[in-house]
Amino acid sequence: MSQAATAGRRGSPRRFNLRERIRDRDTAVYGVLIIVAILFPMVTIYATDGTALVSHATRAGYFVLLAIGLNVVVGFAGLLDLGYAAFFAIGAYSYALLASPQLESSPAHHAVHITFWILMFVSLLAAAAAGAVLGFPTLRLRGDYLAIVTLGFGEIVPQLFYNFDQWTGGINAVGLIDQPRLPVWVQGPWSGDGPFTFVRDFSFNGDPVAYYVLIVILIAVAVILVNNLYRSRLGRAWMAIREDEVAAAAMGINTVTTKLLAFGIGASFSGFAGAYYGASVSLVSPDSFLFIVSITVLVMVVLGGMGNITGVIIGALVMYTVIFYLIPGLPENAVSLANNVGLGGIVPASGDWPGLAEETQRLNFIIYGIILVGMMLLRPQGILPSRVREQELKHAAVQEEETVVEQAHAS
Amino acid sequence: MVGSGASVLKRFRSSQLGGMSLPDYGFYILCATAIVLLATQAVLHPSDFAQILVFGVTQGAIYALVALGYTMVYGIIELINFAHGDVFTLGAYIGTAILGFFSLTEGSFTTINLIALLLVFPLVMLIMGGINVAIERVAYRPLRNAPRLAPLITAIGMSFLLEGIMFLWKGPATVHFPDILPQASTTVAGVFFGFKDVFVVVVAAILVTLLALFINRTRLGKAMRATAQDRDAAQLMGIDINRTIAATFFIGALLAGAGGMIWGLYYNTIYYQLGFRSGLIAFTAAVFGGIGNIPGAAIGGLVIGLTAAFSDSYIGSKWTQVVIFGILIGVLVFRPTGLLGMRVPEK
Repeated sequence: MSQAATAGRRGSPRRFNLRERIRDRDTAVYGVLIIVAILFPMVTIYATDGTALVSHATRAGYFVLLAIGLNVVVGFAGLLDLGYAAFFAIGAYSYALLASPQLESSPAHHAVHITFWILMFVSLLAAAAAGAVLGFPTLRLRGDYLAIVTLGFGEIVPQLFYNFDQWTGGINAVGLIDQPRLPVWVQGPWSGDGPFTFVRDFSFNGDPVAYYVLIVILIAVAVILVNNLYRSRLGRAWMAIREDEVAAAAMGINTVTTKLLAFGIGASFSGFAGAYYGASVSLVSPDSFLFIVSITVLVMVVLGGMGNITGVIIGALVMYTVIFYLIPGLPENAVSLANNVGLGGIVPASGDWPGLAEETQRLNFIIYGIILVGMMLLRPQGILPSRVREQELKHAAVQEEETVVEQAHAS
Repeated sequence: MVGSGASVLKRFRSSQLGGMSLPDYGFYILCATAIVLLATQAVLHPSDFAQILVFGVTQGAIYALVALGYTMVYGIIELINFAHGDVFTLGAYIGTAILGFFSLTEGSFTTINLIALLLVFPLVMLIMGGINVAIERVAYRPLRNAPRLAPLITAIGMSFLLEGIMFLWKGPATVHFPDILPQASTTVAGVFFGFKDVFVVVVAAILVTLLALFINRTRLGKAMRATAQDRDAAQLMGIDINRTIAATFFIGALLAGAGGMIWGLYYNTIYYQLGFRSGLIAFTAAVFGGIGNIPGAAIGGLVIGLTAAFSDSYIGSKWTQVVIFGILIGVLVFRPTGLLGMRVPEK
């Protein structure tokens, strides 16, 4: 009732159109993503006769999850987090320690094997708790100071996992991590030895297609959750804080609790992703969670378009493809290109020349750097920026112009 | 240590309710605990302690030079310049390359060594200054009015780019930096002083003093201070903002280039990712001293250098990183403006 009344009072046709348009673009992107997600394994397995591309996609998947989670912190609430990999590490280690033989050689002397489906939520809670513990004393800090605290946290956590080697194996990493197993009651044509089988023996057994299905489901759940959060009272509070913290506090928003929730919820997604990561690579070492991971995820969020969920997903997929697929594939392509155009002589190493493949590989850093700088210079707002914000800004600019024109006429 | 931390936290929370400035109190208690612990060591093993002190001061002097660049850039455009650590490393790389043109005698000190040093040291500083101004022009200036995270990402991109250039140039292995300083050393009361230690500290002290004079006594220094305080107001007063910011990057890189040279001369080993870790540590030093505060960065560098040295010896080197970044978090929680920082109004 009250909603209808406000809509009637404020609802101009123009505003209605704007909302329709926003919904349309996102729906379109989601539609395309769903279709691609369904067709991808079929097409690539048919075309390349192998699952290499599908396992690439499973790895891209946890980066998508991480980007969605970081977007809550950076894009929605406007808190810069430079240590996001720490929460990812906490999630991954929670799973790795509780689902592997690791604890047998630790002072506990008992290996723990809990099923993935429970540990997924344990990891989630562990990461969220770490987020809250870090956030509680530090969220009073403003702007970049918070970024620096998270940076410090991100440096400490992997080092702690490295140092407590009695428990975590330190540099030797935690290996032999359990694979998820489907519970017996979800038996169907997809399990066993039937023609539609993609999960054998109810266990994933490193089958990329099974992991692909799992990560697509996880991402879908995450997207629905985050979309609902975005539209909720909490989501609006986050955006109010992002735009102007003082004004938001004056409107009665408890800024500390709201920021803490952004931190905790953002961290919980990386805990989720961490459990999945531990299961899918089956080996968790402190080296996998260094500063570079936090930066990569941040780059995905910013390049995709902060605050916009579809933009962030696209950003994560694009950056994953560039960093982990295109750039590592460059040496091979350069060699075959050189051979094809008759420059085969530059391929082998001789003297100071390390060989074309090696030389191209050494260019990786430079290429990555140029891509980052170039993309930011060309499109600082990201690939798919949040349409609401874009329109708000444009609308404000137009209104300002109109008042100026009116004043000019009046005088 | 843990017990005092918990009680400090409790006090800190009650301070929020009471509205008193007890977080400062917590900061002093933490500092005092650290000083008491170190003083115990100093009394028990004076010569070991003094030796670590010498090493810490030397290390800290280098961190201070790098931290100054971070703090100046942050003070003026509020950007965490991730590329700065790599500018520092690139300084060392260019230094080795230019030193390669001289017929140097390693391990002893000849006239040629001295001439080479006197020529190359300022030259590397100037080259790095030029490179940093170019970086600012390409990667940061076009984004001055863009969303705040955009220049941060280009800074990271520039960092990768510089690392990539060094990687391409010399490959992934460590690179030897010519050992051309005098090997003279002396032992005072069981404490070893090398010429190198003295050299590092003296050069760093001279550079920091020059910087302080420049900032406080010259017109351009005044323009920098004004721009850092309020960019728009400074512009209205007729200050050329772009030129001032470029000058800040130039001076920051002069110090980073000097830091790179000193690092090379002292440790004689460099590698392309050196700037990443030491850059983060230098940045911690800048925050510790109060980011944007120039004497703060110098003191922060010294404190972090000492902390690293003490933690390496007394706690174990694998904990040093945890200690340094733990201190960073502690400082920010209890005293967000750093050791010497002023309360900066939120813009």
